[in-house]
Amino acid sequence: MIKKWTFLTSVMALLLILTGCEPLLVLDPKGPQAERQASDIMLSIGIMAVIVIVVMVMLGYILIKYRASKQSEDYEPPHLEGNKWVEAICVGIPVLIVAYLSFVSVQSNYIVESAPEGYEEQEPLVIYASSSNWKWHFSYPEQGVETVNYLYIPTDRPIEFKLYSYGPITSFWIPQLGGQKYAMSDMVTTLHLAADSPGEFMGRNANFSGKGFAENTFNVTAMSQDDFDEWVDEVHETAEPLTESEFQQLLEPGHLGQMTFTGTHLEFSPAPEHNHGTNTDSDTNAESEDHSSHHEHHSTDESEHTDHSGH
Amino acid sequence: MEFFERFAIPHPSPAIYASMVAIAVVSIGIVVGLTYFKKWGYLWREWLTTVDHKKIGIMYLISALLMLFRGGADAIMMRAQLATPDAKLLDAQHYNEIFTTHGVVMIMFMAMPFIFAFMNLIVPLQIGARDVAFPRLNALSFWLFFVGAMLFNISFVIGGSPDAGWTSYFPLAGNDFSESVGTNYYMLALQISGIGSLMTGINMCTTILKMRAPGMTLMKMPMFTWSAFIANIIIVFAFPVLTIALLMGTTDRLFGTHFFATTNGGMDMLWANFFWIWGHPEVYILILPAFGIYSEIISTFSRRNLYGYKSMVASMVLISLLSFLVWTHHFFTMGQGALTNSIFSITTMAIAVPTGVKIFNWLFTMWKGKIRFTVPMLYSVAFIPLFTIGGVTGVMLAMSAADYQYHNTMFLVAHFHNTIIPGVVFAMLAGLTYYWPKFFGFMLNEKIGKSTFWLLTVGFVLAFFPMYITGLDGQARRMYTYSEATGFGPLNMVSFVGAALMAIGFVTIVYNVYYSYKNSPRNIGSDPWDARSLEWATHTPVPEYNFARIPQISSSETFWDSKKNGHQLFKGELKEIHMPNNSGVPFIMGVIFFIAGFSFVFALWVPAVIALIGILVCLALRSFEQDHGRHISVEEIKETEAKIGGAK
Amino acid sequence: MKIDQSQPLEYSTDQNQLNILGFWIFLGAEIMLFATLFTAYFTLQGRTGSGPTPGEIFEITPVLIETIVLLTSSFTIGLGVHAMRLGRKNAMLTFFGITLLLGLVFLGVEIFEFTHYYHVGATYQTSAFTAALLTTLGTHGAHVTLGLFWGLFIMIQVKKRGINPATANKSFIFSLYWHFLDVVWIFIFSFIYLKGMM
Repeated sequence: MIKKWTFLTSVMALLLILTGCEPLLVLDPKGPQAERQASDIMLSIGIMAVIVIVVMVMLGYILIKYRASKQSEDYEPPHLEGNKWVEAICVGIPVLIVAYLSFVSVQSNYIVESAPEGYEEQEPLVIYASSSNWKWHFSYPEQGVETVNYLYIPTDRPIEFKLYSYGPITSFWIPQLGGQKYAMSDMVTTLHLAADSPGEFMGRNANFSGKGFAENTFNVTAMSQDDFDEWVDEVHETAEPLTESEFQQLLEPGHLGQMTFTGTHLEFSPAPEHNHGTNTDSDTNAESEDHSSHHEHHSTDESEHTDHSGH
Repeated sequence: MEFFERFAIPHPSPAIYASMVAIAVVSIGIVVGLTYFKKWGYLWREWLTTVDHKKIGIMYLISALLMLFRGGADAIMMRAQLATPDAKLLDAQHYNEIFTTHGVVMIMFMAMPFIFAFMNLIVPLQIGARDVAFPRLNALSFWLFFVGAMLFNISFVIGGSPDAGWTSYFPLAGNDFSESVGTNYYMLALQISGIGSLMTGINMCTTILKMRAPGMTLMKMPMFTWSAFIANIIIVFAFPVLTIALLMGTTDRLFGTHFFATTNGGMDMLWANFFWIWGHPEVYILILPAFGIYSEIISTFSRRNLYGYKSMVASMVLISLLSFLVWTHHFFTMGQGALTNSIFSITTMAIAVPTGVKIFNWLFTMWKGKIRFTVPMLYSVAFIPLFTIGGVTGVMLAMSAADYQYHNTMFLVAHFHNTIIPGVVFAMLAGLTYYWPKFFGFMLNEKIGKSTFWLLTVGFVLAFFPMYITGLDGQARRMYTYSEATGFGPLNMVSFVGAALMAIGFVTIVYNVYYSYKNSPRNIGSDPWDARSLEWATHTPVPEYNFARIPQISSSETFWDSKKNGHQLFKGELKEIHMPNNSGVPFIMGVIFFIAGFSFVFALWVPAVIALIGILVCLALRSFEQDHGRHISVEEIKETEAKIGGAK
Repeated sequence: MKIDQSQPLEYSTDQNQLNILGFWIFLGAEIMLFATLFTAYFTLQGRTGSGPTPGEIFEITPVLIETIVLLTSSFTIGLGVHAMRLGRKNAMLTFFGITLLLGLVFLGVEIFEFTHYYHVGATYQTSAFTAALLTTLGTHGAHVTLGLFWGLFIMIQVKKRGINPATANKSFIFSLYWHFLDVVWIFIFSFIYLKGMM
């Protein structure tokens, strides 16, 4: 058995060497949400490692001490029923660990579901991120800009992503800025992110959505607010406006490169009506006001119509 | 011609044509072989019409092993495709079909029949019964499972495989995005085998509640029977949810309803919810009987009674209740808000407590024991640390905020394989080795068994531990390829090497069966492992009536009591034994179900309606039938008992 | 077959007891089945798309007839089982016959109800709401239909073979099934129809 554990440790060491010195994306956070998640992950890895080691040590000790080859022929193991105290410890310690992790988990839930820490005071930048087979469309209603398959964001400003899909369920994920959230066709979900420093990040759809899923990625560039404003101005000078017929073409299944337009598809093809979670959770109340300001003039029928023609 | 075009494969490839040829050759081979050796009658009398729980168990076992290789072939193709960046072995469509069928086959058609095999083989023996409560229903359950599995497998060569993932989330699985009949196969095959599972659940619950030998109170049942009982209760309450979800999915695809569609009010998340309300209890349906098998094996080879019997039972009851309260953790990222996620995060982590109790109880069972490292025990010993790792990563995934990062990544894939392979698959192989002599009369070779064990364990660690790392590095699951720039290459290559080792390991099992059949001694007695529970108290091979006299039960280890403490198991005179008659109806109904399923897949309404009427006619015939079974006389029993080794 | 005289006839053999327990467990599964359907219905009832809402299509008259007929049939099958226990074969057959006739009436009215939905534009394909409604009602209706055949077969057997442990057992189990369908209908009546009409 000892052979096995040395083997396991050497495997783990090998893995660490293989991964090299590059930090893993999820554990290399560039924004407050991802930071919180990374610290939760490291915390749980630590606690869990202790549990695994305790179990392994106990197992190793028992296997070595009580193996048959080490005992006399006539040793007859005793009949032992459960012991109250032993069992109380076996229940008690896991309960304490789970209680502590539950506490952390609940706390983190409220943190990742609200404006990023340290950015509560600022007005968030709202970006509508919608997926179609197998592309991402990013609409900046405030700036009147729409991009395909790439995302520019200002640093040091909270970003509120409004997610929905023109097709299968997808999942919007920028590992270094924060965890993912689903984009679905009949409701809008909200993801709060923020970038602490400029940089380029990988973003992708993480939820299987058919043939083109593997390449369903986008580039994220975080830049200072000034650079961002400059980019917006540039787009308004150089890019073509997005028309309804052109947008319908973009929705056709397939892959596209990066594209830039002025105006957003929200004007003729609004986001779905439902805003999941708005009615149940107080922490998302702020969003609902913002949400209604964009949508009060659209009816359900319209959105259904455009939804369908997209297929 | 147009009529036949629908049966064509939408995305043919050499592999599929090769399998078509292989299937044809094997089928012809079987038919010719049976005819040449004049075995048709034997096959019909002894197997196709049998209602004997032991033979049904063996048929489940064979099917499960076959499906293990089918699902394993899928797995090795996936790992080969991902071994190097930008590989071209498979295209996206094939990869999607392969991971979909891998998941469905492994869960529904490998793991489920494997546990049903052990439930059928062991439970009646462990409770001292002559058969299950409804032997003919039991046969029907098997045949429904079997035709479900066959229906699912022919999708590969007729009409195309499902390609929307084993979870088949809508709208991806709807007609708009999955045009081929593949997902129809998924819906119908799972429906048919699901009905079979539900009937097994009812059957086993009744058996365990009503047919225990005198003296066996609930708290004197062997642990495997307890685990089977709880698992079957979960089956009874979970499978109807799947039935309805599949019904709705089928009508969406075949009749244009809008349950899960994106238009006219349909709700795609409803499918996800229903699927996981069934799906999460489903994983406990698999793992609890595995726990039961480990309990039997660890206790036997530690020469110790199971430590903490009561807390073992209590923790299983608790797990079964919690299993229905955690389904939302499969989609924390759906945007339910912090409150909902918090609740389900806590209920999910709570499962760690009863599971932890079980781990410690197994450890304490070995404590002060006399541990023999036989092959079944090796699997059990490896199970404890490996499953602990799988379990604690489950706790990590249960932290919903962090799950936003784990979800849909290889980390998750690593986690559930880390629970299912050491948890369920190792248990099944341990159980296979442990119970093999009871049903086949010879032991599997220990040496080959040990190399199998090492190949599988090392292969498992190499194949799945790297995925934890690539997952945290941003490798999403279900991607058919990745670019070199991602840096996922080396670790995926390690995974492939591990998968290859596992494949070799599984092949050695087949070789072991062949080798042992040729070489193992046959005079092994009825108790080759020096075991403790009742299933070892009868002869090897087990006579059709199991026990000539119904045993008297003293404790959960009543056989050990009879060996060591002078407890008298079998008292009184031999009496005539009443046994059920064989029947061809379950097999015929299975065939009709297959026809019905196939017709629905291709929307062939005339044969579909005829087949449905056929099913109703079978039910009607059963209603009118008067079958009082048959009686085995005392003389016959004496004769049989003398032939297989003296009266017990 | 050992017959235990101290038990009622339908419980008198081991196999009979197994059958009854097994059927109760089956009913447990059926409860989950209908619970799932109800969950789907409650989730989807507001999602009418471009189709009609519950209030627009429900009519009280056929629903009331269905309810009264089914409740009465539950009562008559109770009388049938009582007659069976007293060993009065003809009375039992009469009550079972009335039960099945009432079931047939129920089914007829339900078919009428479905054609009404069809005419007011609430078909299976109209919206998530109509699909959930018709699936729930249809599953119950299919159970009733199967019950009609099953009950008929049992009546024929009782008529031919008399009241014995086997037929008594089947009749009793059938009565459990029929009562169960009644209970499901009460839920359908209260939570689908009444709630939808309010």
